Amino acid sequence: MDLSFLVIQALSGLASASALFVIASGLTIVFGVTRIVNFAHGSFYMLGAYMAVTILPWLFEFDRSPTLFFVGVVASAAVVGVLGVLMEVLLLRRIYKVPELFQLLATFGVVLIVQDVVLKVWGPVDITGPRAPGLRHGIEIFGQRFPAYEMFLIFVGPAVLGALILIMHKTRFGVLIRAATQDREMVGALGVNQAMLFTGTLFLGAFLAGLGGALQVPRVAANTGMDLSIITEAFVVTVIGGMGSVPGAFIAALIIGLLQAFGILIFPKITLVLVFLLMAVVLVVKPWGLMGKPDVAAGRAILPEGILNLKRFGGVEKLFWAAAAVLVLAIPFIGDAYKVKVGIEIMVFALAAFSLNLLIGNGGIVSFGHAAYFGVGAYAAGLLATGPLKLPMEAALVAAPIAGGLAAALFGYFVVRLSGIYLAMLTLAFAQITYAICFQWVEVTGGDNGVVGVWPSRWASAREVYFYVVAVFSILAIVALRHLIYAPFGYTLRAARDSANRADAIGIDVRTHRWLAFTVAGAAAGLAGGLYAFSKGSIDPTMISIGMSIDFLMMILTGGIQTVMGALVGAAAFHSVKDFFMPLTDFWRFFLGSSIILIVLLFPRGIVGAVDTFRERFGDRSAAAGAKAPVLAKEAA
Amino acid sequence: MSTPLLVVDNLQKRFGGVVAGKDVAFTLAAGEMLAIIGPNGAGKSTTFNMVGGQLKPDSGTITLAGEDITGRPPRDIWRKGVGRTFQIAQTFVSMSVAENVQMALISHHGETRAVVPMARTLHREAAIAILARVGMADMADRPVSELAYGDVKRVELAVALASEPKLLLMDEPTAGMAPKERAALMQLTADIAKERGIGVLFTEHDMDSVFGHADRILVLVRGEIIAAGTPDEVRSNQRVKQVYLGETGVQAALKARRQTAGAA
Repeated sequence: MDLSFLVIQALSGLASASALFVIASGLTIVFGVTRIVNFAHGSFYMLGAYMAVTILPWLFEFDRSPTLFFVGVVASAAVVGVLGVLMEVLLLRRIYKVPELFQLLATFGVVLIVQDVVLKVWGPVDITGPRAPGLRHGIEIFGQRFPAYEMFLIFVGPAVLGALILIMHKTRFGVLIRAATQDREMVGALGVNQAMLFTGTLFLGAFLAGLGGALQVPRVAANTGMDLSIITEAFVVTVIGGMGSVPGAFIAALIIGLLQAFGILIFPKITLVLVFLLMAVVLVVKPWGLMGKPDVAAGRAILPEGILNLKRFGGVEKLFWAAAAVLVLAIPFIGDAYKVKVGIEIMVFALAAFSLNLLIGNGGIVSFGHAAYFGVGAYAAGLLATGPLKLPMEAALVAAPIAGGLAAALFGYFVVRLSGIYLAMLTLAFAQITYAICFQWVEVTGGDNGVVGVWPSRWASAREVYFYVVAVFSILAIVALRHLIYAPFGYTLRAARDSANRADAIGIDVRTHRWLAFTVAGAAAGLAGGLYAFSKGSIDPTMISIGMSIDFLMMILTGGIQTVMGALVGAAAFHSVKDFFMPLTDFWRFFLGSSIILIVLLFPRGIVGAVDTFRERFGDRSAAAGAKAPVLAKEAA
Repeated sequence: MSTPLLVVDNLQKRFGGVVAGKDVAFTLAAGEMLAIIGPNGAGKSTTFNMVGGQLKPDSGTITLAGEDITGRPPRDIWRKGVGRTFQIAQTFVSMSVAENVQMALISHHGETRAVVPMARTLHREAAIAILARVGMADMADRPVSELAYGDVKRVELAVALASEPKLLLMDEPTAGMAPKERAALMQLTADIAKERGIGVLFTEHDMDSVFGHADRILVLVRGEIIAAGTPDEVRSNQRVKQVYLGETGVQAALKARRQTAGAA
């Protein structure tokens, strides 16, 4: 490695850092003011690129000049900025006060909607944009050619930083943004028009994302995967820099850009892992990022979003769940092969979703990457069954929960040191690490294609028989997890969620209990993953993707986070609807995204929560005396 | 019995340039009610949180029943026999009144990792007995989220008592309560402290509670103890008057008293 090579490598690192900063700065500004982590920021980036490949060729019809190139780029960014305003007015305005889990999900709903809109408008084929006039040549540096456009990008980041600093310090709007980032309530109390401030912030944020996307056009073709690939990187940059801090984002982008440029020389296969590893280390050492402040993330009233009251089964519930269990177990007798397949999947997902709600509903640990442990279980089982060991299904199914539990124990050690939005981001990051490993380590995991031939043992190879294998494992595991919620350990978790201060003051080691819960939930998800692998006959990285984690979250959201059994109802409802609808439409993501948003806005307590509310109201009116009777009877006794 | 329950010696705490604790030293005997008063920002809560383990002192020592507990985390300090209540009541809002106390008992018996028994029935009788002592037994099965604030404070007291503590830390126990409720809660605390020989360290803004129930009072100003003694001694202390009323304020108060005396 000679000097010139290192210089070129450093320069291309700086160019990526610069591009990354432009995008991440928008994300961090929006978070600072609205306290919403906007998943759709990646979608704005993608839209910026698509706008540019549409606008630029049209402009170049008039004159192929550098001036018109920049006019086109800025115009694309401005269009995206307007879309940001639209999103603020139509959606964000309604969810500023809801728990952060709902905010994350709602903005992810926008991601799904935009994906299908882009597909419909621009089609699935990548669109190559025009190259920048006047910047198409290469520059000679130490005898190596370096693209002039990359050189130009290196200066864009500092220029945007400078412009932002000017806006932040010299304009009223900028000063208000800084004030709101420090203390939103106080800004409101001083009579500032909050609606205008928030709308303006979203314009600025979306504009920056769109600018980042439009600037990418001469480097990469606009494609439909741009949104999710950039959003995780932008998350990492804002989290490392400290959420809400623009200079922090700049420093973090520099670190990440250079880390990637040089990491690829040393560990070509695991650059993604390196990036997320850096984030984990930073968060453990500085839980609020390099330049973040604790009060930015904390200090907001978070509604109690977990299980509020552990109701035990009454007569009706016992009857309902007994009937449901009998019905499920009878599927192989009454249903066709398709229903058996769906039944297996529902049981598997029910177990995974139930284990996730042990964390979220009961423990207040908002995991955004539960698919990691599901996927680790699936890969452990699949690789043990097909790899050099050729283990039988029985042994692989024992290994799956162990693997899931070990992964959760390892990641959980870091995760439980954080709380709130940072915790959610870290779980997401760990899920992406796992995804990256499975995706990039082709020799072992088969990469994108995964591994096929993961079949059950001979005695269980009939679908009906395997159905009962899944039934036994998942129902027993769910019953065990449910008992855990009612046992002292579950109460302790809930106590720590209700008030960590109080829990600490009565001798509870909050971190250790959360870590244990994380491990248990990971093991249960791992078991579910193992069962899933043998039912599919194959493993592939989609089992670990963000989409899978979101599916699990959707299940517990549909069922009702504030209920114990909601996860099961949610898994059944969500998976059957998805399985029924997906083949019927080309726009299932659009529908999924819309339903996520509708549930968050209209139906936040989910199905079981709504049933509970209905029964309470009904009970109050018809049998007010009856409801009080048991209490009085207890006192008399 | 000659060694005091709590010995706080030479505590120092700074937050940047702000001195929140300077040479803070005092002792507290078993069964004694000791109040810390002082203007806002005097370092009351800081002192308090250093004893409770929520903050680490920069230097100095805190000794509980002969054992050094300086800088230990709250959960350890609780295990050594220190119960506490918070300025803004901290309870487990998703649980019933009884379950809040049961939770403390579960922790006291080291059962927080138990996975077999049902928590709802564990230590229920003991919890009801403690609730009875604070007058909340008839509310045992109500969700704590539905209680009036004064009752929540009583539940917090019951939770703090569950571990049979030697020392009770109460940060503004009556903040946010109606005057009548305040007196009742302070009387209840004083009675329990006397009958069980529990030392009580509390901070308070309500002077009726302080002068009505404290055995001794510490006056803290800008991190320093400027006066200590019985309520009568503190009441007549000239420096305390100056701090609370200001020099002219004292004169105005004296004048007002003379006038009302004259009018009567």
